[in-house]
Amino acid sequence: MHISEGVLSPTVLLGGAVLAAAGVAAGMKDLDQKEIPSMGILSAAFFVASLMHVPVGPVSAHLILNGLVGLILGWKAFPVILVGASLQALLFQFGGITTLGVNTLNMALPAVMCHYAFRWGLKPQTSRPAFIFATFASGFGAAMIAGIMVGFSLYLTGEAFLPAAKLVVAAHLPVMLIEGGLTAACALFLRKVRPELLEGFYAP
Amino acid sequence: MFEELSNGDSFIRHLDPRVKIAVVFFFSILAAVAVRMHVLLWLLSLGILIVVLARVPLPELFRRLIPVNLLIAFLWLFLPFTFAGEPMFSVGALTVTREGVLYAARISIKSNAMMLMLIALVASTPIFTLGHAMHELGVPQKIVHLFFFTYRYIHVMHREYVRLVNSMKIRGFTPGNNLHTYRTISYMVGMLLVKSFDRAQRVHNAMLCRGFEGNLYSLSTFSLNGRDVVSLILMITAVIILGVLEWKKTI
Repeated sequence: MHISEGVLSPTVLLGGAVLAAAGVAAGMKDLDQKEIPSMGILSAAFFVASLMHVPVGPVSAHLILNGLVGLILGWKAFPVILVGASLQALLFQFGGITTLGVNTLNMALPAVMCHYAFRWGLKPQTSRPAFIFATFASGFGAAMIAGIMVGFSLYLTGEAFLPAAKLVVAAHLPVMLIEGGLTAACALFLRKVRPELLEGFYAP
Repeated sequence: MFEELSNGDSFIRHLDPRVKIAVVFFFSILAAVAVRMHVLLWLLSLGILIVVLARVPLPELFRRLIPVNLLIAFLWLFLPFTFAGEPMFSVGALTVTREGVLYAARISIKSNAMMLMLIALVASTPIFTLGHAMHELGVPQKIVHLFFFTYRYIHVMHREYVRLVNSMKIRGFTPGNNLHTYRTISYMVGMLLVKSFDRAQRVHNAMLCRGFEGNLYSLSTFSLNGRDVVSLILMITAVIILGVLEWKKTI
């Protein structure tokens, strides 16, 4: 879920932008030109996922797919999500220029965390149940942490946002389940059909 | 599917995209930090003026303002009640505070002012031009590349998606609330990724065959003319004046 322009306090916006810039720099450090087309596909997938809305009461949360992006790309998820989020801002006005940093951080940091927590699952020798567990947990966890970070950004702006922030986190619950299932199903399919996509990016 | 806003000729359409990006950038930063109501109202008026000058079609404009204002409406459900301050009136056990209402109003004005500027920018500049302009303004080349590839692949994925859905329909797939449906749909999503990856690889190989070395070339070169400089100075002056108004202790 994106935070709109004008809501957050300047401190939160600046902090988000600085941390996101550091993450993007880390992701770009050893980025080879020939990886860019494949990263573009994941970036496009991330963009399209945000168009699939899951209505939850008054708010509508959408799919994030940051678990899958993070699992495959690690730190490279930062530039991928930055580009996806900036296209969302330009084409659909989901977020804007000043919130780009916070929105990138909120979605990309959970992706990187899940990469380190669950990348063991992508090894070819992992058994099928363990593989399903790791990929489901990655999708579920990345959406959960993203929801919490969105809520936390609102809370840091002002105490008055606390009830709204809690509702945002609660609204992510169905999204987490769908994300987990979708990530596991996609990864399972890729493992069967095109395992090198999961291993090609796998950085030791 | 993701058509850019294409509208008629306007004065803003012919401005240098670098000027437009710089103006929207500084405008957004000021709007994000401003708290004084009259400054915010000026910013909103400026935003409306620019959107009118950019000749964004009204139905399109309102359609684009909906997602922003949904979140704002959501915040209106909470902020007037949860913000501590002087009570205005009570609804049952809940008290609406003056500060809360003002705070929510400020957020609404800010948000819409920034969105109007962003819409004016996107409506008057093709996405590829924006990419080249970002490169000119110092965004790293690899990020700009990723930006171009992503934008291109959104269309590629959509076409592959339509093909897959059609072939599913031809084979008599009817979605229902059962495991078969979920499995089929998740396989379709997986297949979409595989096919798009293959296409990405082919596109990249074709680019390498044509001598791609990681450099960006644009058919249009940017040049600042008198009109650009005047618009830039006018807009930046407006932003600075409003900035001064914002920080001055007494007006």
